[in-house]
Amino acid sequence: MTALLARLLGRLPIGWLQLTHSRTRMAAALAGVAFANVLVFVQLGMMGALNGTVEMTYAPVRADILISSEDANTLTDGSPLSRRVLFQALSDPEVAAAAPFYLAKVDWSRENGSTASLNVYALPAEAARFAGPDIAGSLATLALPESAMIDERTRGADPEALAGITPQAPLRFEANGRTITATGHFSLGGGFSADGAMVVSDQTFLRLFPARIAGTPTHVLVDVTPGADAGLVAARLSDRLAGEAVQVRTMAAAQAADLSYQTTQRPTGVIFGFGVAMGVLVGLVIVYQVLSTDVADHLREYATFKAMGYPHRFFLGIVFEEAAILGAIGFVPGLILSLGIYAAMAEATALPVVMTPLRAVLVFAGTVLACAASGALATRRLRAADPADLF
Amino acid sequence: MDPIAVNGLNHWFGTGEARKQAIFDVSLTIERGSLTVLMGPSGSGKTTVLTLMGCLRDVQQGSVRLLGAELNGADTAMQETMRRRLGFIFQAHNLHESLTARQNVLMGLQVHGRGDPSRQRDAVDHILTLLGLGHRIDYLPGNLSGGQKQRVAIARALVANPDIVFADEPTAALDHDSGHLVVEMLKRLGQERGTTTVMVTHDNRILDLADRIVTLEDGRIVRDSASLAHPATMSTGGGSVVRTDHGA
Repeated sequence: MTALLARLLGRLPIGWLQLTHSRTRMAAALAGVAFANVLVFVQLGMMGALNGTVEMTYAPVRADILISSEDANTLTDGSPLSRRVLFQALSDPEVAAAAPFYLAKVDWSRENGSTASLNVYALPAEAARFAGPDIAGSLATLALPESAMIDERTRGADPEALAGITPQAPLRFEANGRTITATGHFSLGGGFSADGAMVVSDQTFLRLFPARIAGTPTHVLVDVTPGADAGLVAARLSDRLAGEAVQVRTMAAAQAADLSYQTTQRPTGVIFGFGVAMGVLVGLVIVYQVLSTDVADHLREYATFKAMGYPHRFFLGIVFEEAAILGAIGFVPGLILSLGIYAAMAEATALPVVMTPLRAVLVFAGTVLACAASGALATRRLRAADPADLF
Repeated sequence: MDPIAVNGLNHWFGTGEARKQAIFDVSLTIERGSLTVLMGPSGSGKTTVLTLMGCLRDVQQGSVRLLGAELNGADTAMQETMRRRLGFIFQAHNLHESLTARQNVLMGLQVHGRGDPSRQRDAVDHILTLLGLGHRIDYLPGNLSGGQKQRVAIARALVANPDIVFADEPTAALDHDSGHLVVEMLKRLGQERGTTTVMVTHDNRILDLADRIVTLEDGRIVRDSASLAHPATMSTGGGSVVRTDHGA
């Protein structure tokens, strides 16, 4: 390794030699860097889980355009809107289809006495084109009164039991005073506001929620004709529906706005955002401490090199070398530990706490950069070191 | 051209009321290839003069011309360039604890940039062997005796054939024979390569090898063997200043 680094650097790899000279100190430094990584990964994992749950809430449905009431900040928020906007939308020549979409929350009281909060998604049984891929094939079967498909990853439920539900082996349960028969299942998972989800037909939905009426869906889903630009159609519909107190956005834009609202306006998102910032800050402090201690420990030796005529960039090179080594080697245990923590968090909360390759790469790059920046900062003391003091 | 020419050098430490003058109007010219010993009691200013001549401190007042370059007002880049032409031997050896003897000495060569690794290695091994450390080349400083460490530091200072060697008590950690060997080596370098050596020492055992002995007291030169040998060149000005100029 020393010979390889010497060849790469064109000089003695002093950073590497310093680090490996004291194994205990190197282990402590690596532990510090790994801990900083874990801190950042855990905070990013929670933030990612929030983003994941936002994404997840959109999975049971699909459309090119989403029409919502103007006070709907998220998919599950907002007042119902008048169904007439659906007909007005259909009058656009580039709108191929539109369907009402109903969404509400119901408590599922289980036999063991526990309760699960379910988001209830409802579409007309014939509107399969607006259902997500897990649901589209079975949506027609939901035309039977009080039938439903249930989320097999509902928090607190036995996933194997829910995954075993078929029309021949249905699951019956009480919700809002009605007996619901689950004849199918799909995979979604719990979020921050609900433990799971259920898909029903619009007719079953209206029976489950007597206060809701067919003429006021939660959203309207719109598909454009092949080749039409969904953004342009959404803008045109927005103009056409200007007097309706609704917002017309492409599905992607609605989802992005939802995510932005949840992460910057909702307390949970803001707290997680602070968590990430704190994680990064504490990580930086740890890495800085590790490197500045190392510089302080070698100050006399560096001053000797300074007296010999080595320029300041030489010392920066040594510290960057150490930073890169610590950042790279410390990342591995940090990542492994974080994967374990992610698995435990996902198991305990049923939230989508997953490590994405992009996150791993970004944290790795960030760690090496933070190490380098901390190292550069740590060498400020060295700049002031007076080689004359060596005599 | 004399490698070192000091003229009217004054130096202060501290600021404000705590500011105290340590060097008073020192003038001194040192010939190429000579071995000059600076002597004097503790606090006499000999190390300060050494570090000022060695480009390790900024010159505050007066002139220090080192290898033809004026150090008063020299910027960092120039100081670094000058230092690369010098060799320093520190009393406390200041070896890098995580580098072997060979790697420590190699640092004295690599300051001049990339070179042929095998030639550099040969040069390092040669000088270490010359100093009796051929069998300790791959040892870390922690596994060397005090004398061996000092010899590694000496090898580091000399390996790049510096124009001038500044040494602070280089023989303090060495036995008589080793001390003599080192000073003889420095003297030989002067004779063969024209290397100039300025050494601060209290070691009377090696004074017989010095070409010139300059004694300082309270920041002033009070005795100079060269001036004593050539009284006609000695002049006094500014109170107790003794000015010696071999070049005159």
